[in-house]
Amino acid sequence: MHPGFSVIFLTTLIGAGQGLFLALYAAELAAALHVIALPPARGFFVPGVMLSLAFTGAGAVASLFHLGHPERAWRAMAMWRTSWLSREGIALPSFMLAVFLYGLAHWLEWRATLAIGAVAVVLCLVLFVCTGMIYACIKFLQEWASPLTVINYAVLGCASGFTLASAFAAFTADRLVVAYIGAAIAFTLLGLATRCASLLRNSRIKHKSTLQSALGIHHPRIVQKSQGFMGSSYNTREFFHGRSKAFLRSIKWIFLALAFALPLLLLGFSLNHVSAIVLSLAFVVQYAGLIAERWFFFAQSNHPQNLYYQAIS
Amino acid sequence: MTQLALVIDLNVCVGCQACVTSCKSWNTSGSAGALADFRPYDDDPAGTFFNRVQTFEVGEFPNTETVHFPKSCLHCEDPPCVPVCPTGASYKRKEDGIVLVDYDKCIGCGYCAWACPYGVRELDEKRQEMTKCTLCVDRIYSDALAPEDRRPACVMACPTSARLFGDVHDPDSEVSIAIRERGGYPLMPEWGTVPSNQYLPRRKTVINISDDQLVRADSPQRLDIVAPPKPGAKPRSTLDDAASFSG
Repeated sequence: MHPGFSVIFLTTLIGAGQGLFLALYAAELAAALHVIALPPARGFFVPGVMLSLAFTGAGAVASLFHLGHPERAWRAMAMWRTSWLSREGIALPSFMLAVFLYGLAHWLEWRATLAIGAVAVVLCLVLFVCTGMIYACIKFLQEWASPLTVINYAVLGCASGFTLASAFAAFTADRLVVAYIGAAIAFTLLGLATRCASLLRNSRIKHKSTLQSALGIHHPRIVQKSQGFMGSSYNTREFFHGRSKAFLRSIKWIFLALAFALPLLLLGFSLNHVSAIVLSLAFVVQYAGLIAERWFFFAQSNHPQNLYYQAIS
Repeated sequence: MTQLALVIDLNVCVGCQACVTSCKSWNTSGSAGALADFRPYDDDPAGTFFNRVQTFEVGEFPNTETVHFPKSCLHCEDPPCVPVCPTGASYKRKEDGIVLVDYDKCIGCGYCAWACPYGVRELDEKRQEMTKCTLCVDRIYSDALAPEDRRPACVMACPTSARLFGDVHDPDSEVSIAIRERGGYPLMPEWGTVPSNQYLPRRKTVINISDDQLVRADSPQRLDIVAPPKPGAKPRSTLDDAASFSG
């Protein structure tokens, strides 16, 4: 598939925003369980919610750029009964509204923050599932059609969110930084495992569709001589990444380094010397790595329609 | 339940591209708006076509066959492009089974094109809406056309009658008979889309005949031409041997 940067930015931005919110709520839950003292509303929760909404809002705006008719985007909520994209179109604004109400509850010092936050957590998890299922539900995109797709979206979103939370806490709530760093390391390690599982699975895929099944001519040797046109078409632009195999391989190593190895080093270093700068750098590096990871995710899948578009005569 | 569809005969398609041009011509002049046609005379033309004819070579030289392969929306009975559309712009008509795009609702997200394994949906570059073969729904129900012209443009344009149009759920229709008698098959059956358009395979008409069916071995007209058997060779059996009971 051709990786569209608007969708890459959408999924990475909302993932970070969702993970950040989960980190904020984790602090609230820990305080409710008397493990820690509740951090201040106006010093911690409200700016945290604003940061989370900034990320999810930026992601939502980015997603409009991949539509041919963004002015009709409101229609996208219509087919929630059958379409995961439609369900995501409902889940994202619902989650953002719940997070906003959570922040508002903290600002106005209502006591319903725990309950509102719980609703937002449920919506957060629903949003992770909807986003992942958009890709996982297409059976013949075999690289994507696996529970690992949904798991990776959730785990990597949490990893980037908790890294962002540790940087945020270094500026706003020192006591929580080490806990957040620990969680970020845990999620990043888990993410490394699940993403590598996905890479391993994809390297072993046997594609079910062949030129024989695509044409219905069961001869062992079939070669396309002409795809019927000499220029380009939607089918030749949107389903192929347009780069060399070597480039694809290099992106894989780049994202493994930037999204996992380097942030783990920076986070590990920060366990002893808490520094807002280093933690911010860890988030920026991890986010860049996730952009590469998402690009690779899109580029790696092989659509069966490519069987029909191989040779310009 | 009616399911209108096309049957494409790969045995007679010569790859003339008449169906491609007539389809584009009809649909670009329709009420939905023009189809993209960029740089048609320059180096890198691009555009939107509902139907494309491709060419494949089957076999190893010199024993090859050139197969011309027209491809357009197969109007699947279980279309994967319909449930994924977030706005409901992609739908399958109940009355005749044609899968269509409601251009007013389409937001141009391209998800339905991802969901089509055959690559028959094209997002028009200019209109930014998904477009695909409509089975000429505006022709087949048109009162402005003569009854014999109420067929898809591609079916009317084909010079070798490689494209047949009809109801595949009606066992007596031309298309159902063609599928049944000539071994029609669907594309990519492994994905369970149950395409309505079927393809008829290449056929070779072969007659197995031996020399003595062409020239009778003991033809009285050719006794002087036919060489006598070599000494020691097994004598050729003649009709008289078979016809008489004596040794």
